[in-house]
Amino acid sequence: MAPILEVRDLSIHFPGPAGTVVRAADRISLTVEQGATLGLVGESGCGKSVTALSLLRLVPEPGRIAGGRILFRGADLMALPEKEMRHYRGRQIALIFQEPTAALNPVLSVGYQIAEGLIVHGLMKKKEAMAEAARLMALVRIPDAPRRVHDYPHQLSGGMKQRVLIAMALACRPALLVADEPTTSLDVTIQDEVLSLLRRLKDDLGLSLLLISHNLGVIAETADRVAVMYAGRIVEEAPVRGLFRAPAHPYTRALLRSVPRLHEMSSPRDAKRRRLPAIEGAVPDLARLPSGCAFHPRCAERLPECPEHVPLDRPLGEGSRVACFLHHDPEGRPRERTTVPS
Amino acid sequence: MSDALLEVRGLEKHFPVRRGVFSRVSGWVRAVDGVSFSVRPGETLALVGESGSGKTTTGRCILRLIEPTRGAVRFDGQDLLALSPAAMRRMRRHLQVIFQDPYGSLNPRMTIGSIVREPLDIHRIGSSRKERDAMADRLLERVGIDPAMRRRYPHEFSGGQRQRIGVARAIALRPKLIVADEPVSSLDVSVQAQVINLLIDLQEEYHCAYLMIAHDLALVERIADRVAVMYLGRIVEVAETGELFRNALHPYTRALLQAIPVPDPERIRDKAALEGDPPSPADPPPGCRFHTRCPVVVDACRRVDPPLVEVAPGHWAACHLVPGG
Repeated sequence: MAPILEVRDLSIHFPGPAGTVVRAADRISLTVEQGATLGLVGESGCGKSVTALSLLRLVPEPGRIAGGRILFRGADLMALPEKEMRHYRGRQIALIFQEPTAALNPVLSVGYQIAEGLIVHGLMKKKEAMAEAARLMALVRIPDAPRRVHDYPHQLSGGMKQRVLIAMALACRPALLVADEPTTSLDVTIQDEVLSLLRRLKDDLGLSLLLISHNLGVIAETADRVAVMYAGRIVEEAPVRGLFRAPAHPYTRALLRSVPRLHEMSSPRDAKRRRLPAIEGAVPDLARLPSGCAFHPRCAERLPECPEHVPLDRPLGEGSRVACFLHHDPEGRPRERTTVPS
Repeated sequence: MSDALLEVRGLEKHFPVRRGVFSRVSGWVRAVDGVSFSVRPGETLALVGESGSGKTTTGRCILRLIEPTRGAVRFDGQDLLALSPAAMRRMRRHLQVIFQDPYGSLNPRMTIGSIVREPLDIHRIGSSRKERDAMADRLLERVGIDPAMRRRYPHEFSGGQRQRIGVARAIALRPKLIVADEPVSSLDVSVQAQVINLLIDLQEEYHCAYLMIAHDLALVERIADRVAVMYLGRIVEVAETGELFRNALHPYTRALLQAIPVPDPERIRDKAALEGDPPSPADPPPGCRFHTRCPVVVDACRRVDPPLVEVAPGHWAACHLVPGG
C-alpha cells in the first residue's frame, strides 16, 4: 500500500545569532505507512516538535521550511496555496499536543471545543456537532460523556483533558494523527490508559499515527517503525523490533543502554553494578552544532572521518537505514548490521 | 526503630481550601495523611507515587520547608518539629535537599562558585574565605564541573550541569541525609544516567542517606535500598527494593509496575493496568483510598480503611486482600 505521508529532504531553518542559520530539521526524510505508527524519538531540542508542526505548515515565525517535500496521499502540501492547506489541517491531519492544559481554551466548554472543528469545516451544524462531541467523548472513554460535554477544562483532570484533546483531534475523522509527546505530562498509570486508548482507536478507526516521544518505552509499545532524531537529523530508521534488538547508530545504542529497565538488578547493594552506562556530554544546542556528525563529541565509536564529514543515509536491509560511518566500508558501501553486546 | 537516622511517625499535612471573598475555609486537602517510615544511616529510601500522592509534601515537611499539621519527625535523635528556627538552621547542615528543577533552584544572580560556597559561609566552615573558595572548587571538580568556570552564572550551563551544581551545594556540608525530590526527571534521557551515577558514587564516598522522591520505578529499582509507595496521602506498601519488585503485594504497586512502558517491543501490551483517574485528595473515598480504581476490590474495601501491617519481615502493606494484612 502507498504510504499516507512521505517527507523528503525536509529542512526547517531559523535565523540564528549573527546572521547564522539554525537547522532545526536538516534534510530529514520520513514515511508513515497507511494504518501504521511511526515513532519519532529524540531528546529536547532535537527538532522533533517543529518537524511535527511543519507537516501542517505551522512552523512558528521566524522559522521557515527551507526545502524538501511533504507528500500527503500523494499531494504535495508544500505546493498548495494557504487556503487549500486549511482543508488538511485538522481535517486530514490532526495534531495532539503535549500540554493538555495549554492546548484547551479555558473559557469554552470541552464539548464545544471538540465540536468546533466540525462546525468550522462546515461538516455539521452546531446542535449536531455537540451531539457528535458527546459521542466522541464516549469513544475516548470519558465517563458520563453527555453531561461532561458542558464541563470546562478546569473541571477535568490531566488524563481527562488529554482524552478531550484526542477526541478533538478525531472529530473530523482525520486519516493521520500527529501526536507530540501525548503522554509526557501524565502520570504513569494514566499514560498507560491513554496509550492503550490510542492503540485501540488507531485499529478501530484505521488511523495512521506519527508518535513523537522521548520515552523509549512508549515508542517500543506503540510504534511499528521508529526514526531516531539527533540534532536536527534522522540518524536511524528501522522497524521497531529491529531497532530495539540491534540498534545500528551509536547514539541509539547508547540511549537504549542508558535507560534503566525493570528487573535487571540482581543485587542492588553493589554500587558498581548499579551505575548506568551513561552518554557523556550534553545534547548540543542547534545553534552551535559540532562539525561533521553532530554526535561525534559524545560518540564512543568515533572514527577519524566523523568530525570532518556528515555521514549520509545508508540502507541496512529490512527497510532500515542509518547515517553513520561505522556502517560504510572503505569503498563506501554499507557494512553488515551489527548487534550490540548486552 | 532505634538505629534510624530519620524517623517519621504519623505525619499529616492538611492544606485549607479557601472560597469566596472572605477566603472562608471550605474544606481541607489531606495531602499527607498519616505517614510513617524511617531512613537508616547511609541507605536510600525511595518514596514513589503519582501526582497528588503527597510524596513531595512529605519531603518538604521533613525539611520544614512547610510546617506539618501533625506528627513527629526525629532526625539523628532530635525532634525536628520542636526545634527553634535558629536550631533548625544549624540542623540543616546535616539535612540537605536537591530539587527537581535545576533552572529554578539556583539563584540566577550568583556565580556558581558562590552558590556552592554559600552553605560553607553560612555554617562558617574553614578559617577564611580563601579556604572556602578552595573547598568550593574541589566540590565543583568532584561533580564534574571545571572549577575554572566558578565565576559563571547558572544560565550559562546545561540542565545536567546545573543539577550537578545543585548536587555540589547539597554535599558541601557532608550532610547525613539528602532529600532528593525527582532529581533527574527534568533532564534529558541521555543526561539522567550521568547524574544518577554521580549520586551513587557520592553515597559510596560520603555514606550519606538519600530520601529519593521519584516516580520512575525502573530508576528506583536501580538506586534504592528500600521503597515506600504512596497513594493519596498514605503509604500503601514498604519493602526492600528486591522484595518489592519481585513480590509486590498491594494492587496499586502491581498496577504501577505493570503500567511502566517497557523499551521492549516484544512485550505484548493491550490492556491498561488501571481504569479511571485517582480521586481528589480534597475528597478521598471512604474505606481504602484505592478502592475506586482497584481491579480486585471487595466489599470490605469500600467501608474499612486497611492499616499498614508487616506481612513479612520488613515488608509492609495496607490491603485487606494481602494474607496477614
